[in-house]
Amino acid sequence: MSAFLLYWAAALALLCFTLGLACAAIRLLRGPSAEDRILALDTMYINGMLILLVLGLRFEAGLYFDVALLIALFGFVGSAALAKFLLRGEVIEP
Amino acid sequence: MNALPLWAALLVSALLITAGLVTLIGSLGLLRLQTFRERMHAPTMGMTLGAFCVALSATVVASLLQQRPIFHEWLICLFLILTSPVTAILLMQSARQRRNRPGKDS
Repeated sequence: MSAFLLYWAAALALLCFTLGLACAAIRLLRGPSAEDRILALDTMYINGMLILLVLGLRFEAGLYFDVALLIALFGFVGSAALAKFLLRGEVIEP
Repeated sequence: MNALPLWAALLVSALLITAGLVTLIGSLGLLRLQTFRERMHAPTMGMTLGAFCVALSATVVASLLQQRPIFHEWLICLFLILTSPVTAILLMQSARQRRNRPGKDS
């Protein structure tokens, strides 16, 4: 019973995260300004990280957590660097 | 997965479904809202409540299955709390500055 519940709850959560990823991808392709696209990338990495966390919970494997942590780290670095580039015109200021 | 008691399975399922729906609402808001200043606010739901619910359910499952407290999912939540305001502030500053710049209206 509990395995059944967890299976379907994880499947529904994965479906929701995937739909959110698709919404962010549409905004990434369509977004009128560059800030919209960076915001969509931000949402995409959050959604992908949540997908990996739910997969790790469902398959009971510890490796997914490391991948999710790396995605969180590098996603922040990427979107902060892109926003800084839009703000100043260069990423690392002398 | 079969070793979990029923209350834990119910709790974890409710948390996972809540996280999925909240994150989906946030991403739909990113797609459907009109101006950039409105769209700024929508994905933060997924960053806070979605990530917290998933981390709490992973903590419950791992602690019950291995019979000792396991907290490493909260590292991701701590990192998200620390870093998401930085990105939001930089993006908003950039949007303001680029809108006020003459000749380039985005």
